[in-house]
Amino acid sequence: MQKGGVIMDVTTAEQAKIAEKSGAVAVMALERVPADIRAHGGVARMADPTIIKEILNTVSIPVMAKARIGHFVEAQALEALGVDMIDESEVLTPADPFYHIDKRAFTIPFVCGCRNLGEATRRIWEGAAMIRTKGEAGTGNIIEAVRHQRMVTRMITTLQTMPTAKIQKVAEEYCQSYVTSFKTLTNQNVDEKTVVFGSSTYSILKKELYEILKEIKKIQRLPVVNFAAGGIATPADAALMMQLGNDGVFVGSGIFKSKNPEKRAKAIVEAVAHFDNPETIANVSKNLGDAMLGIEISTIPKEQLLQERGW
Amino acid sequence: MNRVFQEGKKKGQAVLVRQPRDIDTCDALIIPGGESTTISRILVNSGMYEVIRERMSHNDIALMGTCAGCVLLAKELTDSKADVRLLEAIDMQVERNAFGRQKESFEQSLQIKGFTTPYHAVFIRAPGITKTWGRSEILATAGKKIVMARQNNYLALSFHPELTDDLRIHRFFLEML
Repeated sequence: MQKGGVIMDVTTAEQAKIAEKSGAVAVMALERVPADIRAHGGVARMADPTIIKEILNTVSIPVMAKARIGHFVEAQALEALGVDMIDESEVLTPADPFYHIDKRAFTIPFVCGCRNLGEATRRIWEGAAMIRTKGEAGTGNIIEAVRHQRMVTRMITTLQTMPTAKIQKVAEEYCQSYVTSFKTLTNQNVDEKTVVFGSSTYSILKKELYEILKEIKKIQRLPVVNFAAGGIATPADAALMMQLGNDGVFVGSGIFKSKNPEKRAKAIVEAVAHFDNPETIANVSKNLGDAMLGIEISTIPKEQLLQERGW
Repeated sequence: MNRVFQEGKKKGQAVLVRQPRDIDTCDALIIPGGESTTISRILVNSGMYEVIRERMSHNDIALMGTCAGCVLLAKELTDSKADVRLLEAIDMQVERNAFGRQKESFEQSLQIKGFTTPYHAVFIRAPGITKTWGRSEILATAGKKIVMARQNNYLALSFHPELTDDLRIHRFFLEML
């Protein structure tokens, strides 16, 4: 779904129209783009359904919307509204300190963020149909997205030469966040028959995470599409992520926080379609006007890093 | 498609086409699913649109459009086509998202003209063919909507044949060449 394309954050129907006209393969309907969420502070929640409905009625491309991590009722509401995909997103304030949404309980597909293969594997097991890097949203700084993509691909490469027993060990490690949640909640230890997530027992979890890792080893990539997100501000940023192996990109604040959104949006679409053609990248990068100013990651207090949300 | 070539009945190779010059070596193009507005924009901006239209005018290229590709092969759309430039290959009118949004996506067995057994088709935010005329031929319907049509060496289907292991549609297209 949406492979090779650009998904753009929009906050109004007019922006959605611009995104569609510029060649976006989908839009993410939001109340505020991440840069504004960062500046605004407070608790960030699902967008007002009025805005989402308006955007749904304006464009023919798919419309996505964000729900808070673990907030399955926001997800149910978004599904009822008829959005095409839900982003269980760390850009919003998490709602559950223990569990992400059990995405298997929905018919609507989900996209989730990850920083490494462990997070990606857990989200896929929980039912995510699409994965994206977390990056650091709202910064216009690509470094965290690159970090996360490299973490994922490095681990996939490592799996290639890993013996079965070692992969089973990795699967067990990847189970630990569920085990910790259970222990914190109940003060009890987990055994094979303990139900750790949804209706799945620990033994099923372990077995199925292993199955996913085996599949990843076999196909040498994630079994779902893997987009880049969090900090993409220029056509070259977008093409960089594509060359690092992403299947497409999300651009949040990067477009509508720049001087000339329409021109930049079109340029990023071109850059993603022709990511391995340096001439095109050079061409579309000309005269775009100012990109968003951006933030150096080390100036952000650790507790304000969005990527730390989720596990 | 490469799996069909491996069967050895026809010689050939499927390649990725992203620029006008990639088309020169091809006898046929598959326009896949995606978003019709996005694909149309890329076709026009890259110059591929003109190259395909030129080859079409000499009856020198076969086309298969699936899902969004089906939209692009149409002569007309039910909604405003300002944001999509159609290839106008088949005498048909297409409605985008005709079966509803993502959560209304579905799978269904189809009776396809010329196929001896039903074909299991996957529809995702699929378009529907609302009417056909002229020299176009209806090959399959789902409910009241037409989902597969053909004209000359152009083939349109509103579902995703690449998502199932059934290669009959790909074979059918190759035999059209």
